[in-house]
Amino acid sequence: MTEELHDVRLQVNGATHALRVPARRLLSDALRHDCGLTGTHVGCEHGVCGACTVLVDGRPVRSCLMLAVSAVDVDITTVEGLTEPDGSLSPVQQAFVDCHGLQCGFCTPGFLTTIAAGLRETPDPTEDEARDMIAGNLCRCTGYQNIVKSVLRAAEISRGFETGLDGPPQPPEVER
Amino acid sequence: MTTKLFGSKVPRVEDQRFLRGQGRYVDDVLVGQRVLHAAVLRSPHAHARITDIDVADVLDLEGVHLVWTHDDLTGPMAEPLPLLIPHPALVHGRTQYALAPEEVNYVGEAIAFVVAEDRYVAEDAVGRIRVSYEFLEPVVGIPAARAARSRVHDDMPDNVGARLEQENGDARAAIAAAPRTLRLDLTVERSACQPMEGRGTVARWDPDTSRMTVWTSTQTSTGVRGCVAAKLELDLGQVDVITPDVGGGFGVKINHPWPEELLVPLAARTLGVPVKFTEDRREHFISSAHERGQEHRVEVGYDDDGRVLGLNVEFWHDHGAYTPYGLIVPIITSTQLLGPYKPANYRVVFESLYTNTVIVTPYRGAGRPQGCFVMERTMDAIAAALGKDRTEVRAANFIQPDEFPYDQGLIFQDGRELEYDSGDYPASLEKLKQLVGWDEFPAFRAEMAAEGRRVGIGLACYVEGTGVGPYEGAHVHVETSGKVKVATGLTTQGQGHQTAFAQIVADALGVAFEKVEVVTGDTRRMPYAVGTFASRAAVMSGSAIHLAALRTREKALRIAAEALEADESDLEIADGVVRVKGTESQIDLGTIAVLSNPLRYAFDEASKAATQFSVGSPGKPPVAEDDEPGLEGKDFYSPERSTFASGMHAVIVETDPETAEITILKYAVVHDCGHLINPMIVEGQIHGGVAQGVGGALYERMVYDEAGQLLNASFMDFLMPFVTEVPTSIDIDHLETPSPLNPLGIKGAGEAGVIPSAAVFAAAIEDAEAPHQPGLTIVAMPISPSELFHLRQQHESDPEESA
Repeated sequence: MTEELHDVRLQVNGATHALRVPARRLLSDALRHDCGLTGTHVGCEHGVCGACTVLVDGRPVRSCLMLAVSAVDVDITTVEGLTEPDGSLSPVQQAFVDCHGLQCGFCTPGFLTTIAAGLRETPDPTEDEARDMIAGNLCRCTGYQNIVKSVLRAAEISRGFETGLDGPPQPPEVER
Repeated sequence: MTTKLFGSKVPRVEDQRFLRGQGRYVDDVLVGQRVLHAAVLRSPHAHARITDIDVADVLDLEGVHLVWTHDDLTGPMAEPLPLLIPHPALVHGRTQYALAPEEVNYVGEAIAFVVAEDRYVAEDAVGRIRVSYEFLEPVVGIPAARAARSRVHDDMPDNVGARLEQENGDARAAIAAAPRTLRLDLTVERSACQPMEGRGTVARWDPDTSRMTVWTSTQTSTGVRGCVAAKLELDLGQVDVITPDVGGGFGVKINHPWPEELLVPLAARTLGVPVKFTEDRREHFISSAHERGQEHRVEVGYDDDGRVLGLNVEFWHDHGAYTPYGLIVPIITSTQLLGPYKPANYRVVFESLYTNTVIVTPYRGAGRPQGCFVMERTMDAIAAALGKDRTEVRAANFIQPDEFPYDQGLIFQDGRELEYDSGDYPASLEKLKQLVGWDEFPAFRAEMAAEGRRVGIGLACYVEGTGVGPYEGAHVHVETSGKVKVATGLTTQGQGHQTAFAQIVADALGVAFEKVEVVTGDTRRMPYAVGTFASRAAVMSGSAIHLAALRTREKALRIAAEALEADESDLEIADGVVRVKGTESQIDLGTIAVLSNPLRYAFDEASKAATQFSVGSPGKPPVAEDDEPGLEGKDFYSPERSTFASGMHAVIVETDPETAEITILKYAVVHDCGHLINPMIVEGQIHGGVAQGVGGALYERMVYDEAGQLLNASFMDFLMPFVTEVPTSIDIDHLETPSPLNPLGIKGAGEAGVIPSAAVFAAAIEDAEAPHQPGLTIVAMPISPSELFHLRQQHESDPEESA
């Protein structure tokens, strides 16, 4: 028995990936193992935990619930694509540093993509709105306290960024 | 400590790679290279004899490389997995095989192992394996295990794996003589760690060098290394185990070797191709470990002030189908149950029982949440019986600050005395009362009652033995570039060790934080280590790293003194430069590193300074007899016994009069882990612990049916807290009573947040109900709104029975 393979072109973070995959290959597996973008993590493979969240045409989608063959003709953004073109951290990423919004880092990519999209819709969230924004993602380390703070901080950084008050977030002090 | 990095909220260096999607977790290893993927056939039955396994169809499937059952394993691989922590009381210890030979004892036990081109094909292949079973009666739950109508292991007389008793004084006589007595039956259900990343292992065999490299998501690289070498009959020196980034552990990854941690390396060597196994979530539910399930019976004798004169606790611990981790969890319950108190007489006895369910190994808190639940429910019951304030009864039983070191007269989980090193429990209680508003609560309750709302307050205290031995080590190496490479052998799963340990080195050595790079869990860099459990990393590796950095500093000063022609006592190190105090004379650590290694051959401009016509004195060997080349320091830290952290939590909850919905209004934590290396990281640990505690108290439980099927093996059905379930804020106050047992005065902090949760929520919910349902007691956790609702109904119909 040979599995039928399909030619798929995925647009991920502005680059095109030409893949040959079986119809059943999950988008999460295609991104990780075929495109080599291992920043997207798989925590449950049944669409609950949100660790695998990527942006599909700007909207958060669980990549473990989408097939790679159905992800054509869309723009996909993974955590790797959130970093600014100059290599500095985006406001959401920087906010997680500022607020200690992560510990083991496994759920983090799903939070970052979810919040990046959420802040586009609600750029100035209240604390309750910040909670709503992340209410579909599981984290086992942080107790969410500092993730809520990170959402508010990201909004603050973005506002400073847009109005030019604070300038862009500073590049990291410690490079490894 | 007066230096500047120890104690400060230094942002984490590991965040940079995690936030950019550049973390390296085990499933990320070898992506883009040729690697085969494994899948495991797991028992669908809780208790059955395997009569036949038919794998005939499997290799016909395109892309399948290998299928193994127990018959294919030989030598040590065909024998049971190791019993990691033997104990004289564990007279009937049993461990599973890498692949079950004849009998399966829980749903999820590994039966066959397949390697294929990818995981999809490997799972197709697993689906083609046909197993015939003869069904046996499953033993599920503590009552069934005790009744022993059927047995998990038929070579045993019953289901009791171990019975252990400890006593300090004569508890039963003291209770018999006490003016007042109480009895309580208390239950805690099963839960599990559920790190967001499950287990995973990758192995590569290099035939050119006869070496095995294993990457595994573990809490002990050295433990796995030892097992892989023993089981695959390799020399230890042929096996390297690397723990990459780990997506959470919480205890489950300290158990080892999991079957896949041996089968994957064996397959990689057999096939000559790297092999990867990545556990999925359902597998994690049914084949990784659980914890917490215990039933307890308490008898207590006390006086009119609430002082405990005698405490007698019997409990039954459900350890699942096998006992790879020995008796650690029930031993911890039996000893740490005492918390900050000093009952005059204490007896504890437990039975550790076999059931046809997933194995039990430590989950964050490791038996302490149950012990704390038992002790704190007892304290609340005494207060209720005497009509006293709950804080007064606790204060009457506290060990006092001038009584340390305090020997509880028992043997702890490490085989050492249960002797508390330091603490100040009255001060903690005072801080907690302030933080939560204990004395103001009656007014708040009255205000809420006027609106028809029910609110209650509870508190719970704990002591946690942290930093258990035997030891950890560290190696510090200053390179000629001035960069400082630090290695310690225990692993990291989110605690920010690269940051906290670099803070310690920067202070002790006198270098910039940015110059320090810490590696954990890599046996190539530090082959002597134990692991990350029991809130021990900061205490054990933190101390070892501090000592190793001091050794490095000593050596740097010695070499610098010679180079600068100065007395060592006139030197100081700051920012990686050694100076003669009050002069311009200086030398940087990179240059000292060059000088520390006499060379024949220069490899760059700087190293010319160390060649044979540049350094050395005639008549002296280039490397002194008691010295060695290189600017390095190595040391180990091995304390006599554990150091005891402590804390107290309080919570205010609201219970809905109609629906019994439970809402958290305020959560307060007072925490004493001695000196804090990085308060930001410690508070993060507390937040996470509290959230897991909320899960354990109000939501999470493993639901087994009578056939031994786990009914809620998914994140849809096992209710882990989202942000909507945790307190909107957690108020934290610290007390710092340093440990006298280590050079930095630190105590562990990792597990503490989860310990008092079941106790504190039970107390607060009971308190909220008290004015409306006098005498209603909460004796089993977790508790859901439905359960509280039914408890109310039951109590109304029969107040005696439900009390």
